[in-house]
Amino acid sequence: MIAEFGQVGLALAGCLALAAAIIGLMPRRMTLAGASQGAVSMVVGQFVFITVSFAALVWCFVTDDFSVAYVANHSNSLLPMQYKVSAVWGGHEGSFLLWILIMCAWMLVLALRGKNYPEGFFTRVLGCMSLLNLGFICFAFFTSNPFERLIPMTPADGSDLNPLLQDFGLIVHPPLLYMGYVGLAVPFAFAVAALMENRVDAAWARWSRPWTNFAWAFLTLGIALGSWWAYYELGWGGWWFWDPVENASFMPWLAATALIHSLAVTEKRGTFKSWTLLLAIAGFSLSLLGAFIVRSGVLTSVHAFAVDPQRGMYILIFLAVVVGGSLTLYGLRAAGQRAYVGFSLMSREFFMLVNNVILVVSLAAVMWGTLSPIGYEALTGDRISIGVPFFNTFFVPLMLLLALAVVMVPVLNWKRTPLQKLKSTFVQALPVAFVLGGIWWFVTEPKYVSVLAALVLALWIVATHARDIWLRSRKSRGLPLAYWGMTTAHLGFAMSIIGIAITATQSIEEDVRMAPQDVSMLGTAEVRFLGVRTVDGPNYQAEQGVFVVTQADGGSFELRPEKRRYLAGGNVMTEAGIQAGFFADTYVSLGEPLDGGAWAVRLHYKPLVRWVWLGALLMAFGGGLAVMDKRYRRLTERRTATVAGAQSAA
Amino acid sequence: MNPKRKSRLYLAVFLLVAVSGTTAALMVAMEQNINMFYPPDQVVDGTAPVERTIRAGGMVKDGSVNRDPDSLAVEFTITDHMGSEFVVAFTGILPDLFREGQGIIVQGELAESGRFQAKEVLAKHDENYMPPELMDMAQEIEAQGAAKSSDPRT
Repeated sequence: MIAEFGQVGLALAGCLALAAAIIGLMPRRMTLAGASQGAVSMVVGQFVFITVSFAALVWCFVTDDFSVAYVANHSNSLLPMQYKVSAVWGGHEGSFLLWILIMCAWMLVLALRGKNYPEGFFTRVLGCMSLLNLGFICFAFFTSNPFERLIPMTPADGSDLNPLLQDFGLIVHPPLLYMGYVGLAVPFAFAVAALMENRVDAAWARWSRPWTNFAWAFLTLGIALGSWWAYYELGWGGWWFWDPVENASFMPWLAATALIHSLAVTEKRGTFKSWTLLLAIAGFSLSLLGAFIVRSGVLTSVHAFAVDPQRGMYILIFLAVVVGGSLTLYGLRAAGQRAYVGFSLMSREFFMLVNNVILVVSLAAVMWGTLSPIGYEALTGDRISIGVPFFNTFFVPLMLLLALAVVMVPVLNWKRTPLQKLKSTFVQALPVAFVLGGIWWFVTEPKYVSVLAALVLALWIVATHARDIWLRSRKSRGLPLAYWGMTTAHLGFAMSIIGIAITATQSIEEDVRMAPQDVSMLGTAEVRFLGVRTVDGPNYQAEQGVFVVTQADGGSFELRPEKRRYLAGGNVMTEAGIQAGFFADTYVSLGEPLDGGAWAVRLHYKPLVRWVWLGALLMAFGGGLAVMDKRYRRLTERRTATVAGAQSAA
Repeated sequence: MNPKRKSRLYLAVFLLVAVSGTTAALMVAMEQNINMFYPPDQVVDGTAPVERTIRAGGMVKDGSVNRDPDSLAVEFTITDHMGSEFVVAFTGILPDLFREGQGIIVQGELAESGRFQAKEVLAKHDENYMPPELMDMAQEIEAQGAAKSSDPRT
């Protein structure tokens, strides 16, 4: 009965989305009075009904209602309670319902902040978002309904959640990632509304900026969490595989990063307008492309959900409509958006442009590497895969170039920068970075030139930004939060670069055969294997290896990696034993049992691997900090003040 | 030249260099990193090139996994259950879902002798998941099986 409530909620939300889309996107001369209030209440309605629907699905999981097909496929009565809840988004249908719920949440927040924007424009934004939401709801309702029943063949118990997903990482990774994916619909809707209302101006850019930052921050967190999860859960010790699905999340991230910077130029200088519009459209379109890649099963991946051509086709058509529609609108309206604003080579605009070109080229390379196997197969019928070196060949030089552009940002003025101002960056910051980076590089083994470049550039970013903070805080007390946000994000970027450069080249990885009491060397540390014992978990039985690691300085610790066999599905999963540290991780995982009580064991020593994710956390934090800036809040106060003034005058 | 034209010229040159550089790099990188996929019959009949990184895949033959007692070296046979099979040699840790009868993909080089020296063994992280590369093969085998055993209900 509860499941049917959920289904009805989904349908009703769909009806409201349709109505809101019609009201919001009606040509202006046909607009009804009170359209804005109408759209707002319908958005609230969509949120309420989808919440009911989602709650119903959660209820079905919590109460073990295996007559619902989705629950039967993704849960089991033995599953611990927290995983029963998170299993709601452990499969295709439920995760898409979460996607819709998050879409509704963004719309709700937007609706509550409606008084910040002109009414006509705002109604268009809500209309556009509702239309997208309608597309999502139809997809869920017609091709991937999570509430479908298995009657009368109700199974006695569920077939369990994939053990890889029974983890803290799964509880938080999809919601955060979806917040980012779906959040990019907001700048998209703002761009569409600006085109429809013919107001592609500085105000539009200022309104878009906090939303874009916010969505980008979530996307960054989601990707970083995914990478961390892959690191400790897949038992391979890697943190990025250039897997199609990772790329699917990385492409919108690159577009959104470019958009953040391009929006800044559009707001401050009134230029790059068409480009900004295109990026806003591209960002969300790439989110949809990501959804297509993950949910259609066209690509081989750890993430791929069960294959169903009908779903792939639906998303492909939806994607075509969204991209085609928005680009047509862009073609019709954006032609007139030309700004005659000059700037010199040594200007912030120019380096923002460089940044954008680098990001878009990286995006193109990732897209090529991800999608060309599909194209190749369609053309020749042969199957290919593109190796990891392909991506690295591109990424390393491109990201180093990008780092160079980041160095220049704080010292450059808008429009034109006197060379005098650049002097300190080159005469003071660069030598310091060079010496420190050089010393650091000297102790690395093996030595790569790219590592030297990465270290020097990253330290140069730190030095330039630190100097800039010092100079600015001497001049004015209380720097704006937006400035702190930018600086934090750039420092995070530098931190990630160092982490990636060091961990990718300096890690020690050994696959060895170890019998109990065997000792292996891992770098300078000594690893002793004490043996394996059996441990019972709530819904699995594990063989737990006990290892004692003694470091060169005499300190020692114990690691207990596990090989788990899940009782419901018989799945086997590796749980790595990790001693995490700010400067290095020691990582041990069990391979397979060999003859005579010996095991195949994977031993890793990973210096600075945490910096990759800590850097990403800093970036996301910086994005959030910029949203909190007064300048976006003042907008509300000013508006309320004018309204109050107008009312008292009347 | 007025400054506006000048900056536009810089922009055009910059874009041109960036685009052509990328395309060139793309071509070079593609050339080196495309891995073609071959099913067992093509590995056996010589369609697959030797001493180049390729991917091959099929089912692990029952009873064929043979471990070296002192190291992590392992050998197993990959088959399409239709008469074509080849031996794979690998040193290292096999994935959790590697087992006999399971569909897997190996990446590595084919030696002149017909042995496949694998650098990577891929088995997917879901029991019910079939890599798209192996989908055709699975369907073919199924179709043959269905043709052989006539269903009494029909």
